[in-house]
Amino acid sequence: MPTFNLKINNKSYTVEADMDTPLLWVLRDQLNLLGTKYSCGIGQCGACTVHTDGIANRSCLLQVSQAEGMNITTIEGLSEHGDHPVQEAWKAIDVPQCGYCQSGQIMTAAAFLEKNTNPSSEAIRNAMNGNICRCASYRSIEEAVKVAAKKMS
Amino acid sequence: MKTSNKILFSRRSFLKTSALASGGILIGFNLFNACKENVKMPIDLSQLNYNDFNAFIKISEEGKVTIFATNPEIGQGVKTSMPMLIAEELDVPWDDVYVVQAPLDTENYRNQTAGGSQSLRRNWEPLRQTGATAKQMLVNAAAARWGVDASTCKAKQGFITNANGDTLGYGEVVLEAAQLEVPENVSLKDPQDFTIIGTKTANVDIDKIITGKPLFGLDYKEEGMVYASVIRPPAFGQVLESFDATKAKGMPGVIDVITIGEKARNMLSEAKPNWSVKLSTTDKVVVVGKTTWDAIKGAKAVKTTWKTDSDLESTKEHDEKLLGLLNGKKFRTRRKDGDVEKAFAEADKVVERIYESTFLPHNPMEPMNFFANVTPEKVHLVGPTQTPESAANAVASLLGRPLEDIHVDLTRMGGGFGRRLYNDYVMEAVEIADKIKMPVKMVSTREDDMTTGVYRPACKYKIAASIKDGKLTGYHLKEACVNGNMYGLVPNFFPAGAIANYQVDSVPLRSNITTGAWRAPYTNFLAIAEQSFFDELAEEMEVDRVQLHMDLLDNVKKNPNPKIDYSPERLQGVLQMVVEKSNYGKTTEGVYQGLSVYYCHNTHVAEVADVILDNGMPVIKKVTCAIDCGIVVNPLGALNQAKGGVLDGIGHAMYADFSFKDGVPSANNFSSYQLIRMGQTPEVDVHFAKSDIAPTGLGEPTLPPVGGAVANAIYKATGQRLYKLPFMNNLQSKEVVG
Repeated sequence: MPTFNLKINNKSYTVEADMDTPLLWVLRDQLNLLGTKYSCGIGQCGACTVHTDGIANRSCLLQVSQAEGMNITTIEGLSEHGDHPVQEAWKAIDVPQCGYCQSGQIMTAAAFLEKNTNPSSEAIRNAMNGNICRCASYRSIEEAVKVAAKKMS
Repeated sequence: MKTSNKILFSRRSFLKTSALASGGILIGFNLFNACKENVKMPIDLSQLNYNDFNAFIKISEEGKVTIFATNPEIGQGVKTSMPMLIAEELDVPWDDVYVVQAPLDTENYRNQTAGGSQSLRRNWEPLRQTGATAKQMLVNAAAARWGVDASTCKAKQGFITNANGDTLGYGEVVLEAAQLEVPENVSLKDPQDFTIIGTKTANVDIDKIITGKPLFGLDYKEEGMVYASVIRPPAFGQVLESFDATKAKGMPGVIDVITIGEKARNMLSEAKPNWSVKLSTTDKVVVVGKTTWDAIKGAKAVKTTWKTDSDLESTKEHDEKLLGLLNGKKFRTRRKDGDVEKAFAEADKVVERIYESTFLPHNPMEPMNFFANVTPEKVHLVGPTQTPESAANAVASLLGRPLEDIHVDLTRMGGGFGRRLYNDYVMEAVEIADKIKMPVKMVSTREDDMTTGVYRPACKYKIAASIKDGKLTGYHLKEACVNGNMYGLVPNFFPAGAIANYQVDSVPLRSNITTGAWRAPYTNFLAIAEQSFFDELAEEMEVDRVQLHMDLLDNVKKNPNPKIDYSPERLQGVLQMVVEKSNYGKTTEGVYQGLSVYYCHNTHVAEVADVILDNGMPVIKKVTCAIDCGIVVNPLGALNQAKGGVLDGIGHAMYADFSFKDGVPSANNFSSYQLIRMGQTPEVDVHFAKSDIAPTGLGEPTLPPVGGAVANAIYKATGQRLYKLPFMNNLQSKEVVG
């Protein structure tokens, strides 16, 4: 089985996997980075969102062979102490209900706010539209993104 | 309910004394030091000495308090709100409380289920009594040490003081308290003195959720654990004929390919199979892999052949048969007041409408999964289930082992919505583990989940009402539903008791498609139908919609009917509140409003949807929601539940399209099945009635009414009445965006 060198959360890992293995399962099953969630496996829900070179990306669609050389950040590496402005905003608003989709929501929001420091409601809604929350915590997510945007601008 | 809780509670001695191996004494307290962040997920049973005592509370000598959350957390907030009840009466600062999820423990806890929005309601008194009793014991211990009468001492915020001004922390007297007798009839706080209940309290798992710590069933791991993917029939009505696993077995990550089903069939042949298990008779092929991906990939490489075993059903036939049943005579009468036939015969006008719903998959974000390890010593189960006790019972009978061999640890659940009331996936995990003799995690894919589900059954209602001299004289509701009969279980909801001649009839259509409870199971479509119907009735009667409801509820108040479940006063209260908060009836240019007022799951709710037209297309802009759920225990959690229920209700009423053709579901993932997304969500403005009545549930009650409010608003905006779900497919103007 081939081996791959991955750079995740500023650490280097070498993993053995079939080249078509989605990064999602390498993170979860091999590297114990369980914050990245599986839900649809086809890039429709955003629960598995990670950052690759600063861009929000679906780890269920990204094969491990493609991930080599990328600078990968998962929810575990978003901040050292769980205090990224987006995480703090999520806490201040108390966004989660079941909580399962929230690491993906946070990763999408964090990547979006890096590039848009003063987003309109419409821009937030567009940016977050790819992430499903089955509990429908959407209004709280929108509010939290606004709170985080203020802190980051 | 209040009384029965008390009796049950006093019969159970929830705090008992026993010696600890380490030399201390436990009485619901101990010197437990697991109050640290590095507790193994879910929890380490051997450390907890769970079976030794009845544990809700542990207090360390330093005064740190651990409270056990006993009920399954599916996102409804009970892991936060139930410990709040104990902490309130124990009188400790919430910031000092550490909450730990308890495992299934039928000896020490009761009703460890999540369903029907009942967790808080059932535990309101028992959990407060638990806290109050513990506090009294601490006070008694301090009083004994001081040599004063306990009645002269007070406990507050983790400290006991006496009339002389002496102070002792809870932790300082916990060992002495543990040796005292358990007092009876302790008094509970006056709601006016609450300092935790009614305070905005963040989700106890918030830090773990936002940093991606393992919390959910899918996150649980054990040394040596393998993963399993189950291949189930592609159509309802089919069973396995044969399979070829040659290719899968040659894959490096595949450990084994096996079949399961025999034990499940044996269980099915029992006289009374456990209700929580929806088992099929077919064999299933299982691919066991080193990783989840190995198992999923291996499963795709297995060639399977299926044969037809019973009818391959289609929605088209269901529709015809259900309509046939509605027009037939095979009904079972669920409630009959007066004489509807006579009222209809004497009426000036009879209004009759038919409302139709689809099947619905649950689609919790975390797909079905469960960990099982079957060894000669015990059966260890870890994962997400709303009914752990039923799961344990079913596993015991599946394996033919005593119940005490079965240990269930609960994880936080990535949603449930009713799907995890049914433990079919637990049974699969156990049968696999039993066969391969390895600790295993059964993982369903999204496609597995959506196509082999336990669906909200398709259902149709025919509602007829008679009007004479401008008054509503008769109301007759007929229901035809696949498998279950929804309305049959709630015949005493409004408008029962409000109309002299009232009748409810139901008839099932038997099907091999598995159906079951889906969030607000009896009312999630019924409320849409009835609340749309009342809107048409008001129009036909040429009366104001609000006035019609107020008058009907006045009838109930004037002629009290013992056979109703709702409170007319509380329904009127939320109705008046929503009218005021939404400015209902006060025309705003370009804004069209629809009203809905409903009682279910012991909670009274009224909602108004505001719709505008954008290029001729209706857009839902806002929903105002008034709720009477008694005392609001956690306003933050309550608001999340209320908003989530409203948006979930809108999403499924507008977009959820799920049907069958020849036994095969029409959708298998989020690419072919539309869930509501952020861009489609309106503002939700929630108002709670001030109340000092015991709390009722919030996991479900805001969901059923909203579809009716939306349908009524769309009618005002477009002139089109909506009778069939999903509304999106039946709107003449094709686009609705939020």
